[in-house]
Amino acid sequence: MEGKREVLFGKTLTELQQIAAKHGWQKFVAKQIAEWLYKKKLISINDMTNLSKNTRQVLKETYGLGINPFSKVQESVDGTKKYLFATHGNNFIETAMIPENDRKTVCVSSQVGCKMGCLFCMTGKQGFQSNLTAGEIINQIKSIEEREEVTNIVYMGMGEPFDNLEEVLKSLEILTSGWGFSMSPKRITVSSIGIIPGMLAFLEKSNTHLAISLHTPFDEERKNLMPVEVAYPIKEVVKEIKAWDFGRQRRISFEYIMFKGVNDSPKHVKELARLLNGLRCRLNLIRFHPIPGTPLIGTDEETIQEFKDSLNKKGVFTTIRASRGQDIYAACGLLSTKELVKNR
Amino acid sequence: MDKGLYETSITSNIEISPGVHVISFEKRHGFISGQVIKIALSYEHLPRIYSICNGTQDNEVNILFNIKEEGYLTPKLSSIPEGGKILVSKPSGSFVAGNESTWMIATGTGIAPFFSMLDSGVIACKKLIHGVSYLNQFYFGTEIRKKLGENYICCCSREQGEGIFHGRVTSYIKGQANLPKHFKYYLCGKALMVVEVRDLLISKGVPYENILAEIYF
Repeated sequence: MEGKREVLFGKTLTELQQIAAKHGWQKFVAKQIAEWLYKKKLISINDMTNLSKNTRQVLKETYGLGINPFSKVQESVDGTKKYLFATHGNNFIETAMIPENDRKTVCVSSQVGCKMGCLFCMTGKQGFQSNLTAGEIINQIKSIEEREEVTNIVYMGMGEPFDNLEEVLKSLEILTSGWGFSMSPKRITVSSIGIIPGMLAFLEKSNTHLAISLHTPFDEERKNLMPVEVAYPIKEVVKEIKAWDFGRQRRISFEYIMFKGVNDSPKHVKELARLLNGLRCRLNLIRFHPIPGTPLIGTDEETIQEFKDSLNKKGVFTTIRASRGQDIYAACGLLSTKELVKNR
Repeated sequence: MDKGLYETSITSNIEISPGVHVISFEKRHGFISGQVIKIALSYEHLPRIYSICNGTQDNEVNILFNIKEEGYLTPKLSSIPEGGKILVSKPSGSFVAGNESTWMIATGTGIAPFFSMLDSGVIACKKLIHGVSYLNQFYFGTEIRKKLGENYICCCSREQGEGIFHGRVTSYIKGQANLPKHFKYYLCGKALMVVEVRDLLISKGVPYENILAEIYF
């Protein structure tokens, strides 16, 4: 971290052009800086060797680089890695790298802590500390050991992306632009609990995939699991999604954590089929691994399989997500909370 | 751009405590106490959600907020004079209370939806626990005391006062030997308070299904 100095990493091309203009440099200098930041390997501003000595000197005197190493990494027996990055005030954010066949998916955080207070979430128990900047979001990709091999990115780590929309959109722009990481938007999924104004702005301004945390189709149940339901009911969220033209390339999926005796009954299958009727989407069933102090427990394997089969029979394309990295607290929030408690 | 927003004029803007304001504007749509509205200053910025903090019988809508220095909306909102324009939505949301026996637990400006309920006559079988840092933060305290009497519990963590529980809301709840488990528990405030109080209630045997929360975000 570089104190309060403005940092370069995380700036869009437009912002770099503004910096170039401010210092009276040619416009192409901004593109050169962007290429160094997002396409090449660099340790310091000194490495930007195609910039003039004077330009580098001004950059060094005025800006920080903003590329920060991880502070800890743990590796699971299944190859999943959990990275911890230190942020302000002794807090930590988590980043997971999940290898699978020829893919390496990185799960990034968008906030330090979270405001949403979902009953089943460990991150929520930290409360909310701060938003991450676009630079801090993409640093989670730039600064891990597998940086050159990342194939997919999911915004499913700590925090609610649509509660930090501006920085999340900036990070997506950097990841998907030709001057940035040049990643296909089809390789990126942003997951939200369904803050409608943020979701609509995201759908309009980005073309990456969207995932919504659903967890139950019933309003009264969802209110007990996810406080956001009292403000943005899932039925309204789905209504807005149904009204949106996703085209052929863009994907919408729903996340559904299975809680024993809570959301895994035939009536849930029926209501889910009704809720998602007419929508080309995927429903991802997720096994729940209990967190300290929660009254919820996970559904057994047999019921999960039956639930999946019943939904598929009703025309809802449903899959079961593989559990990964359980031996290293890969469930979001567990490791950083442990670290936070230790440091306090 | 949020198509559900419409422009309205502020009819009053009063600083009721240092850094805490109540703004009012014309009520164009009926509401249920406990509901929220979205507020924005322009169509370019995402709206924020605020609880309505007055009774359903009033001709105006009141919103309680504190100024977040680093925020975009509240510093500007606090300086809008009478007659100034803001964008608001129709009321919405389902953080609404019925006739059940209910403990309402709030911190700071999280009192807003509960005051709306009480001001609308939702008083029977209700107990309100309000936690603040300083004594001047018991917003609407006099009115609430009149309505709830002993069922209004004030908790203050940084100052002491007569009849005031000295400590946080969580300390007050920890000290309750037998919480009624079949009651409803409504929580409103910052995320960390809501999560801590919810965990505490659950650890004391309250079923999570009886806990409903509204969180600021």
